Amino acid sequence: MGLLRYIALRASLIIPSVLILYTIAFIVLRVLPGNPVLAVLGTKNIPEEQLQAIMEELGLNKPLYVQYFEYLWNVLQGDFGTSLIIRGRSISADLADRLPATVELAVAGMFVSLLLGITTGLVAGLKKDTKIDISLRVYGAITYTIFIPWFGLILQLLFALWLGLLPVSGRIDPGTALEEVTGFYLLDSLITRNKEAFIDALSHLVLPALTLGIVLSGPYTRLLRNNLVVALESNYVMAYRARGVRNYRITWHAFRNAIIPVVTYAGLQFALLLGGAVLTETTFDWPGIGTYLVEKIQYRDYPAIQAVVVVFAFAVGVVSLIVDIIYALIDPRVRY
Amino acid sequence: MREVLRIEDLTVYYYTLRGVVRAVERVYLEAGRGELVAIVGESGCGKSTLGYSILKLVPPPGRILSGRVEVDSVDILELEGDKLRHARGELVSMIFQDPFTTLDPVRRVEEQIAEVLLEHGISKEEAIDRVYDLLRSVGLSERLARMYPHQLSGGQRQRVSIAAAIALEPRVLVADEPTTALDVVVQKQIMDLLDSIRREKGMAVILITHDIVLAAERADKIAIMYAGKIVEEGPIDEVLKEPRHPYTKALLASVIDIESREWPQAITGQPPDLRKPPPGCRFAPRCRYVFDKCRREEPELVEVDHGRRIACWLEERRL
Ligand SMILES: Nc1ncnc2c1ncn2[C@@H]1O[C@H](COP(=O)(O)OP(=O)(O)O)[C@@H](O)[C@H]1O
Ligand code: SF4
Ligand SMILES: [Mg+2]
Repeated sequence: MGLLRYIALRASLIIPSVLILYTIAFIVLRVLPGNPVLAVLGTKNIPEEQLQAIMEELGLNKPLYVQYFEYLWNVLQGDFGTSLIIRGRSISADLADRLPATVELAVAGMFVSLLLGITTGLVAGLKKDTKIDISLRVYGAITYTIFIPWFGLILQLLFALWLGLLPVSGRIDPGTALEEVTGFYLLDSLITRNKEAFIDALSHLVLPALTLGIVLSGPYTRLLRNNLVVALESNYVMAYRARGVRNYRITWHAFRNAIIPVVTYAGLQFALLLGGAVLTETTFDWPGIGTYLVEKIQYRDYPAIQAVVVVFAFAVGVVSLIVDIIYALIDPRVRY
Repeated sequence: MREVLRIEDLTVYYYTLRGVVRAVERVYLEAGRGELVAIVGESGCGKSTLGYSILKLVPPPGRILSGRVEVDSVDILELEGDKLRHARGELVSMIFQDPFTTLDPVRRVEEQIAEVLLEHGISKEEAIDRVYDLLRSVGLSERLARMYPHQLSGGQRQRVSIAAAIALEPRVLVADEPTTALDVVVQKQIMDLLDSIRREKGMAVILITHDIVLAAERADKIAIMYAGKIVEEGPIDEVLKEPRHPYTKALLASVIDIESREWPQAITGQPPDLRKPPPGCRFAPRCRYVFDKCRREEPELVEVDHGRRIACWLEERRL
């Protein structure tokens, strides 16, 4: 019993899941061919002694279990180490630099997907078995299968190259001045009352957010539509009708019942959202964690890649915890 | 007795993809103030559809083809929109079989009861008081007001449903198998509650049930339904003492009669598919007394004695 105890329990479960993902990442990186030194030098033709010397200096010659625990120990103290590629560059600083861009994109994408998914699901559910319903169900099924880079490219072609309405890529025009406060450009431009920067940042955000949002909206459409149809045919809706409750209120009550599983699903989908964000970022040259990760994988920058995995795993754990709490608040049947 | 409910020539079909289901056909029924009228028949014979029609609440693909449903001389079937909405709850209301699904799982008991009052123009302050009165009048503690349906027992939930249904003191309450999902003890309590409410408020109760024993214990009047039609109707005592329609006899023989110590006799055969009911009398394929005319012509419900109506060709032979 007790929500607090439940939260504490759930929170403590985040630790093992982060550990597992770190371990997997660590192993996969070591098993995969390639090594950071060769990747940076771009050649295999260096004298063996010289290679060994650099490896020694980077700590890559230590036994694997030592590397594994050293890194883990540092992370526990909040230190993600330094890059193997750009010597001395703090990975924590890199992350602090890149994370706001990803969060901004993910939040915008989530917002768009929920907005689209809920509206289409609601309309489809209310117009069950009409042409509108069928079209929206097709929408839900198709968007679900779309490949993000391909879809992003189409949007870039259409809105940026042909219509010239929006920028092709990037996060803000290099010429636009913006004083960074939080790292979230929309927020920063609002705080500093910089209208020009706000419009610029927003116009850069539109296409990536639409790409991500549309692709992720399909499941919401389907889930809400089906739940709403079930709710509208339920016995309690029949009972509401029998007591002369107005239609719009009945619809609202049915919606409240139907939206609960959607909230849970949104939480489950968070990992997918991060995955989608990575693909969207590379498509739109968005300077977030996703592009960072792709860069770092090319150079086998082990600590940087591990840091991203740890941060993503942690974020997924925290978000699913938050969703669980929301779920408990909106569904009275949930008890701990 | 002055009737509060008068159903005339009611016909309701379901237009499904696999054919037209003739669920209710040319039904007549009356109920007086405070009277309990039981509608009894096997599952699938159209009882619930008849109940929904009284509130003009037949779900699609169902359609009411003809008929009148007068409550206090207002024809419910003529009403539309907001007038219909007001009639539901104020003139006629309904409770359902499954108390586990007929309350909204995510709203508190008090919200669901109060909503009925608020939706029919009662002020918020008054509604709050009335919710507590209503809870008490259905035998529930005020403590339950803030609870959610899943925290209540089946009997308590059915009481909440009753409280919400009678909140505006409608003239007619349709109770569709209100105790079927409950255990015997709770069943008796709920029926006692319905009895006291109808006596106190003069509310007519249409009790829909497949259980002829329950009807025998509680009803003033009984209407036996078979395959979408009423086949026998009359005051409960007379029908029980002298059942005249072969289906009524079969129904009564199918239950244990403690006095006569006879074994119950199950009715042989199945009720017909209402998409293609048999020609002539719909009961003919299962009737022990069937004769030629039964298969050719459909018997109409005719008054045989004062207040008794029967649809069977045997009645013609009695004359
Ligand atoms: N929504 C519906 N769609 C199609 N047919 C229905 C629907 N509801 C009921 N029926 C059919 O109408 C007939 C009467 O059903 P119902 O009124 O529920 O009977 P009862 O309440 O006596 O069991 C049955 O044959 C049933 O299959
Ligand atoms: S009409 Fe004929 S078949 Fe129908 S119940 Fe009467 S005797 Fe039986
Ligand atoms: Mg029924």
